[in-house]
Amino acid sequence: MSTPQESLVADFDERGFFRRLSAFDWVWALAFLAGTIYASVEFAPWMDRYEQGILYLSWATLVGVGWMWKQARLFSIIVAVVTLFSLSRYPDLAAGQSDFFLNYLLSSQAAIMWMCALFLAATPVYFAGLLLRAPFLERVGTALTWLASGAGLVGLLVRWWESYLIAPEVGRIPVTNLYEVFVLFAFTTGLIYLYYEFRYKTRAMGGFVGLIICASIGFLLWYHFAQGAHEIEPLIPALQSWWMKIHVPTNFVAYGAFAIAGMVGVAYVVQARNPEAWKRRGLPSAEVMDDLMYKNIALGFAFFTIATILGALWAAEAWGGYWSWDPKETWSLITWLNYAAWLHLRFTKGWRGVPMAWWAIIGVAVVTFTFLGVNIFLSGLHSYGEL
Amino acid sequence: MASVPQDIDAPRRQRRSRGNVSILLNFLGSMNLAITLLVAVAIASVIGTVVQQNQPYEDYLSKFGPFWFPIFDKLALYDVYSATWFLGILGFLLVSVSVCLTRQTPGMLREMGKFREHQQERSLRAFTNHREWQTRLAPDEVEAVAARALKYNGLRMRRKDHGDAILLAGMAGSSNRIGYILTHLAIVVICIGGLLDGNLMLKYREWTGDLTLETRNIPVSQIGEESRIPPGRSSFRGMVNIPEGGGARVVFLPLRDGYIVQELPFRIEVEEFRVEHWDTGEPSLFESDLIVTGDNIDEPIHHTLRVNHPLIIDGYAIYQSSFGDGGSMLSLRGWSLLGDGADPLDIEQRVSDREEIEIAGNSLILELTEFETFNTRRVPGVESREMEELGPSFEYRLRGADGSAREFHNYMRSVEIDGRRFFLSGMRTAPQEPFRYLHIPADANDRPDTFFMFNDILSSEERLRDASERGAAVAMQEFGLNQEELVPQVAATGRELVRQLLDEGFGAVMTDLEARMASQGEEGAQQSLVMFSRLVLERTLWEAFSDALRAAGDDPDRELGESDQMFFQDALSTIPALAEYGVPLFLELDSYNHRQATGLQIARAPGANIVYLGCALLVAGILLLFYVSHRRIWCWIRRDGERTMLLVAGSNQRDPLTFERKFAELGEEFDTRLRAAESESHKSRQPPGDA
Ligand code: HEM
Repeated sequence: MSTPQESLVADFDERGFFRRLSAFDWVWALAFLAGTIYASVEFAPWMDRYEQGILYLSWATLVGVGWMWKQARLFSIIVAVVTLFSLSRYPDLAAGQSDFFLNYLLSSQAAIMWMCALFLAATPVYFAGLLLRAPFLERVGTALTWLASGAGLVGLLVRWWESYLIAPEVGRIPVTNLYEVFVLFAFTTGLIYLYYEFRYKTRAMGGFVGLIICASIGFLLWYHFAQGAHEIEPLIPALQSWWMKIHVPTNFVAYGAFAIAGMVGVAYVVQARNPEAWKRRGLPSAEVMDDLMYKNIALGFAFFTIATILGALWAAEAWGGYWSWDPKETWSLITWLNYAAWLHLRFTKGWRGVPMAWWAIIGVAVVTFTFLGVNIFLSGLHSYGEL
Repeated sequence: MASVPQDIDAPRRQRRSRGNVSILLNFLGSMNLAITLLVAVAIASVIGTVVQQNQPYEDYLSKFGPFWFPIFDKLALYDVYSATWFLGILGFLLVSVSVCLTRQTPGMLREMGKFREHQQERSLRAFTNHREWQTRLAPDEVEAVAARALKYNGLRMRRKDHGDAILLAGMAGSSNRIGYILTHLAIVVICIGGLLDGNLMLKYREWTGDLTLETRNIPVSQIGEESRIPPGRSSFRGMVNIPEGGGARVVFLPLRDGYIVQELPFRIEVEEFRVEHWDTGEPSLFESDLIVTGDNIDEPIHHTLRVNHPLIIDGYAIYQSSFGDGGSMLSLRGWSLLGDGADPLDIEQRVSDREEIEIAGNSLILELTEFETFNTRRVPGVESREMEELGPSFEYRLRGADGSAREFHNYMRSVEIDGRRFFLSGMRTAPQEPFRYLHIPADANDRPDTFFMFNDILSSEERLRDASERGAAVAMQEFGLNQEELVPQVAATGRELVRQLLDEGFGAVMTDLEARMASQGEEGAQQSLVMFSRLVLERTLWEAFSDALRAAGDDPDRELGESDQMFFQDALSTIPALAEYGVPLFLELDSYNHRQATGLQIARAPGANIVYLGCALLVAGILLLFYVSHRRIWCWIRRDGERTMLLVAGSNQRDPLTFERKFAELGEEFDTRLRAAESESHKSRQPPGDA
């Protein structure tokens, strides 16, 4: 053997996590740090110390995600560059109509419409890839999902800017009404899905997850065209709080993960009717899907717990009590208990299989009610997002 | 999946003899009970969101009817979350978790320190995840490699010499077990904190007769000692509305259909309450200027309280919670709808006061319930999506002698609909109904006067006489009839037609006329008679309208245009609707002196910090539980003739699939490491340059 022994040792990389990071990892993290510092100084007049804290926390979160999931780095760079480009052409609201790029691509409206179109395209492409056993189509599905998620994120970031263009005191993070959180839901679900696609090395779930994203996009489009919900409206006093910035996004990570778990549940049920045929098409085995379902419910449960606690802390400050049994709060508790029961059965009784998949699907119905139904059917203190 | 070897990982169930106590404990700590309770709490919570909680009892009564109302009341469905049965389920849950926790914790803690270095080769081979190597390396060299690999993978390690073999037992992620403990401990801690802050103490004191619920709406000074709680250390959460310029030393703790008064160790005065609005009309700011004084407060505290920014004084937290009217003084003009020609009443009344008023010998109780200066909304009853600022509005009830009441919602200013202006007055007979709006056309001066004058004239035989005679004369002239003596007769017919028009509508008048004329002569004559009658009606109405204009201070001889024509039409269609209005009185808001009240929520929550601690435990616990995997790796190293045998086995309870992958990676790692070590040792045994 002519291979020098050193290389055999070197074959096994014994360095720790940080030492294994590449120069690019560091440059990327530092570049975003620089951007964060710039933003924290430049926009200081509009932020209190909590908001400054949240800004740096977001940076740390981004870096953590990017270091563990390398694709997130490129994604973040592209989103940042595109957003900055959009902002540079956006000195006032009128530019949104007159500037070619803004009008057709990068104003928040245009970007959100692109997100809708791309998600609507990604789903059938994924399904075609699965049914025709065409890996190429599935890769196209992945590309479309990345683009759609990027468009959605850019859309919200630009919308943030637009709210300040209306008037500085109107400016606020765009996660404050149903329209905005539907956009948030669509692309967070897309991104969480992409992460698991990468982790589990299977694109077969894309179409299934796409279904729920498309459903939310259907609602979004209806809400936009029939209700004119895309207008940026200023905030009522109860929502003028920095808690908003952490409470809502945390919640939507949870909702996204629960939604994915439910859709994997659908795939699971579909597969269980004819395992052989579906396996040949490339659907992962029942065990893998079960695992995926569990991972998403666990992720969702963790984030949902945190989000609910953040909500309680906020309520303590805004309503004078951390728990008021307001319908939204109560339904959060119901959702939480539902998944806690699911997890217990899995942990301690070792339940698996179709019933648990159905349960995950029902879980999505419960989540949907918490997220949407409560606003429509029940009245309470959560005043945003009435239809 | 490897179920057998994993079982050794589970804590040993207690082997004590099965007495009654242990059967009970087993039941309480059982998973089935826990799941049942989780689902029970969830379902009970649903009920509380479907039935709106803590509404006034009359609302429930009218919603559920006299049969269900008391049944639901008995089941405490109007306040589910402090119902005994609900707290009972929660208590059960708490017991269940506590039992589970006390039963499992010792085993788990013991388990965390155990490396299981007594495993034998045979049992290791029984693991799903195991792999074996034969190498030329010496046992101690293999051991070094294995130790390094385990360490690199973050496992703590124990070494045991089994005589013919060496066992390295590695373990990582035992904090996963702490996660289990923290999670469940957190549930207990949160429930305890929550109970401390709940109103259990209040209910207990009510139950023992120590406190009595006050259900009457009376001034604080008249509320007896038995319904008061002096300032203390206990928790509470109450509300108080304080008008501008007023103050309060108490808050009200709502309970079922009454309340308890909680006294405060300080007094809060409200200097001013402000609402600011965005251009869209949505509120942008609520704030109150407060002055707080008290025995333990040296300097009066001046503070501006805002939503989301509570003021904390000595453990009491004060929140800007709501606002309302603090007794604005309204100057009202009461228009009689009876057609009695009475002058409008002048009424001065405070919002939330009730006073008796006299109309045509009947007395009514006027209860002013609400007043708002801003109303940004869609024009009621109009299909339009545009929000508009409709200006001040007020609500009131008019209660008859029999106690029945109608509610009204009137706007101060006229509102534009289809290019015309109307004064809107909403009426409903029950609180759960929507308001139905009467459209009173505004006259050329943007006033309702002309309409009421017009109504007055049309409704009274007396006042209509003059107009009807003029109308009859004009009509006859236009028709070419010059018989003066017939004027009174024609005028009487005109008045009759007007009455019929107001009672039955224009269509009825025409069909009736045609029917009546049918008996009279040939067809041509019939038609001209109908036309003549119609002309008389129109002219009479128009003359009455001119009188109304004059009475309202307008000039009837000015050129009357299209807008007057419109007004005339609108008035004629509104007058018949007055019959359904139900009361002979329309209240117009003339001017007001606005006085607001701020709604403060005041709470003491000594349990809050316990709850927050519990939340922190919960988050930490869940993260440990989900994201730290508890795994064990054993390396069994035995000399096997010339060679050395390495057996690596591993287990992980919670995440078998991921672990399988991880274990495969570990196998590859061992491959690489062993190969590297082999060539290393080969090199060191051979003289250099011999490769
Ligand atoms: C909300 C109220 C909860 C109740 C009433 C409850 C109750 C229980 C009970 C009775 C057990 C069985 C203990 C035994 O076998 O003796 C158990 C086990 C367990 N619970 Fe919970 N639990 C609750 C919340 C949670 C939460 C929020 C989590 C977090 C995800 C959790 C995670 C677990 C785990 C992992 C086990 C299995 C422990 C093991 O066997 O290794 N529990 N729980």
